Amino acid sequence: MADYTLKIRRFNPESGEPAYWADYDVDLPPERSVLDGILQVKDREDASIAIRCSCRAAICGSCGVRINGRSALACNTRIGEASELGRDGVITVEPMGNMPVVKDLVTDMEAVHWKKVRRVVPWLVPAEEPPEGQEYIVPAEAMLDVTQAMACIHCGVCVSACLSLEVDPDFIGPAALAKAYRFVGDPRDGEHEARLKDLAEDPHGIYDCTHCFACVEVCPKDVAPMNQIMRLRRKATGDYGIKDSNNGYGHEKAFTNILERWGTLHEAQLLPRSFGDGSLVKGQTRPSAIRQLVEALPTVIQGLKSGKVTPKKALVHPKLPDQKQVQRIFEEVESHDERIELNLYIIGEMAGEESE
Amino acid sequence: MPQHDVLVIGAGLAGQRAALAAAETGASVGIISKVHPVRSHSNAAQGGINAALDPQDSWESHAFDTVKGSDYLGDQDAIEIMCREAPHELLELEHLGVTFHRDERGRLGKRAFGGASAARTYYVADITGQAILHVLYEQLMKYEEVIRYEEWFSTALVQDDEGRIAGVVTRNIKDGSLELFAAKAVILATGGNGQIYDPTTNALICTGDGIAMAYRIGAPLMDMEMIQYHPTTLAGLGLLITEGARGEGAHLYNAQGERFMEKYAPNKMELASRDVVSRAEQTEINEGRGFPDGTVALDITVVPRKRIHEALREIVNVGRDFAGVDITREPIHIKPGNHYVMGGVKTDIHGQTPIPGLYAAGECACVSVHGGNRLGANSLLDTLVFGRRSGEHAAQAVSGMGMPEPSRSSLQDEDRTIQAIVNRDGTGRRVSELKAELGATMDKYVAVFRDEAGLNSALEIVRRLKDEAQNVAIDDKGSVFNQDVLGALELQFMLDNAEAIVISALERKESRGAHTRLDYPERNDEEWLKHINVAANGAEPELSYSPVTMTQWEPQERTY
Repeated sequence: MADYTLKIRRFNPESGEPAYWADYDVDLPPERSVLDGILQVKDREDASIAIRCSCRAAICGSCGVRINGRSALACNTRIGEASELGRDGVITVEPMGNMPVVKDLVTDMEAVHWKKVRRVVPWLVPAEEPPEGQEYIVPAEAMLDVTQAMACIHCGVCVSACLSLEVDPDFIGPAALAKAYRFVGDPRDGEHEARLKDLAEDPHGIYDCTHCFACVEVCPKDVAPMNQIMRLRRKATGDYGIKDSNNGYGHEKAFTNILERWGTLHEAQLLPRSFGDGSLVKGQTRPSAIRQLVEALPTVIQGLKSGKVTPKKALVHPKLPDQKQVQRIFEEVESHDERIELNLYIIGEMAGEESE
Repeated sequence: MPQHDVLVIGAGLAGQRAALAAAETGASVGIISKVHPVRSHSNAAQGGINAALDPQDSWESHAFDTVKGSDYLGDQDAIEIMCREAPHELLELEHLGVTFHRDERGRLGKRAFGGASAARTYYVADITGQAILHVLYEQLMKYEEVIRYEEWFSTALVQDDEGRIAGVVTRNIKDGSLELFAAKAVILATGGNGQIYDPTTNALICTGDGIAMAYRIGAPLMDMEMIQYHPTTLAGLGLLITEGARGEGAHLYNAQGERFMEKYAPNKMELASRDVVSRAEQTEINEGRGFPDGTVALDITVVPRKRIHEALREIVNVGRDFAGVDITREPIHIKPGNHYVMGGVKTDIHGQTPIPGLYAAGECACVSVHGGNRLGANSLLDTLVFGRRSGEHAAQAVSGMGMPEPSRSSLQDEDRTIQAIVNRDGTGRRVSELKAELGATMDKYVAVFRDEAGLNSALEIVRRLKDEAQNVAIDDKGSVFNQDVLGALELQFMLDNAEAIVISALERKESRGAHTRLDYPERNDEEWLKHINVAANGAEPELSYSPVTMTQWEPQERTY
């Protein structure tokens, strides 16, 4: 047995007092969980500490919290490891972020997470009537493919960690968008294009994600929500050519075109190319592109001020010495008829490692 | 006062299925759950759902396997209904959007499971329960007509003067307010009671609330002595390793490296019924052939890695996170652990209990389709088939009926009870202490092997704990999310469950299914081929018997 100190963020809405930190000592072997620690405190010392928990096995998704500032399930965070990461060995436990706190470690998931889930039309809209007396026939890989999104337990840990949500509380968010992929990737659903168009056009939709990987790092079920968002984007652009008013389409095209040509990001051209569907010249004459360019002028001026863009940098951008290699990667990837998608249920944990 | 034609308590698979079925008839439906519906313990059903869908298979074969698995205590009319309706139910789920595994032709793929004469278990990796639960919740979000009461804790069923169900008293966990719901019919779908055991595979919410609430108003409980110990649970924590692992080909070994199932079930080996495998393991452990931590070994490394990743991923995670074992590379230590209660509130094939207007479905009910031992992957089927049947029947039965007016005195009684708990001085023992003593007692005396002396000890302890539970200490005096007071209420529910189990186990003087009496080691069809019912009659529980319904399968010797 080892002794650990849990520093728990307490808040009682009935007391009229602000939230405060309280320290509790627990004795548990290091391989037991932070949840076991909290339950021990409740059992022995103070049963008024509120935390949702049920299965103890990372299946029910109840016990999302922040441990030493990092969003996680308390039940599958080992107390010994948490202590090593805490300041002076003290483990801080506080409620999840991006959500109102109800009491102690309990947050209002309904007001944030479930509202966002309901935003994405979270049920199958069948493409056709179910076949009489039998199942829909769909490729085995398609079902495996959406299983990664189905593995989401709606714990809210990614919602808590999402940096875009911090800036834009209206962002649909990682969990709800992963849920959307579960339908967009499902061959039985008949609304793929409408769903994608909706999520691309929404200013708080798929292009509101900043690609920061926070949700991928914290997800306890390896759902990798950001990957699902990127797949929504690839389907929106690659499969349906959806050109959205948020310019997500043009921005992605601009990015890949620049990389294919120079190998590194040519910042001065990113903005104009984004408004031209990836091209510097073509598409720039559209009225909407001109309007967007004018709207982007403050950004351009800021870039000039900060030195990120200079007249010289705007005109000359060096290619990588081995730019041909980069081009070969593009050629290789584009030579496949189908996109190569990574999925844990297909390749397992050891991606790239030789299978036995 | 909220009013509904049909009020469902519990939002796992049985509850959600019942609510959807009732709503489809046009009834006004409410569904109450003490946790958010997707937190329900149906989530933990990993392996799959049985259905004789393949033209090579037949419902009769499925039914016979179930009857044999039940050690002939299951009611054959109910089993026939479940197995006949299984393919339709499975297809309905698929049509709603469940992402079932496919074979290379794009048809539904299946795996082998214990106690079955054909592979007929349909699955989503090893998250089948979760996948179905989430898809049903998708439908609930779609049907705005079904009113969801999420995080409401039900404390008591209310009857009218004639004894017909009239409503439910429920506490809103978010603000502590107590509400009286009026309902023409109430469907209990509150799940099992595994928390009365320690360790258990069951979640912390599985405290037998519905079973106890029904018991308290006189509904008989049936087959309560039949408690399933699952053969593969992690020592200590009690977490579940799916039977799907053995279905995919994993082997069991004792500490001497012997594949011991050869001795106990030479034909079915690791895929014998759960009671058989659990008894075999416990015998090996008791006779000194287990590992020092009181376990045997489950070797999943014989399953190809690609297959593990697509079909057993959750188990990879559980092994890694909770036992520090990479199951793709080394065996994992397991033992039998509390998992499921075959018994529950006695119902007919429509889910009706003997209390007019009160229904039960899923683990809290006893139809009885599982008898003395439930087959793996029959529990999801039970929840769905009898959840739907209960919802349909209840909605039809109450159409045209006037809304009952439950007496407000029931609300005041419950309020007084709760206030008394909250305002109590902290003199008694803690809820956690009583719960720990109960769990250890049940796991010691009412487990795989039982005898009269042990069961009497258990009964004595349970009755003492019931007294002590009247005076537990309470730390939390607040209204918002007061889990302390809920814990005290759950403890009383659990003790009612425990008492019913021990009394029934003492009564059954034979060995059948999961109930093995060392003092009565043989099955005795002459005297005990019957259900034991226990009903609370005032203070003292009263025992009675009901016959087992036989249709076409006479009892035979049971070997695997």
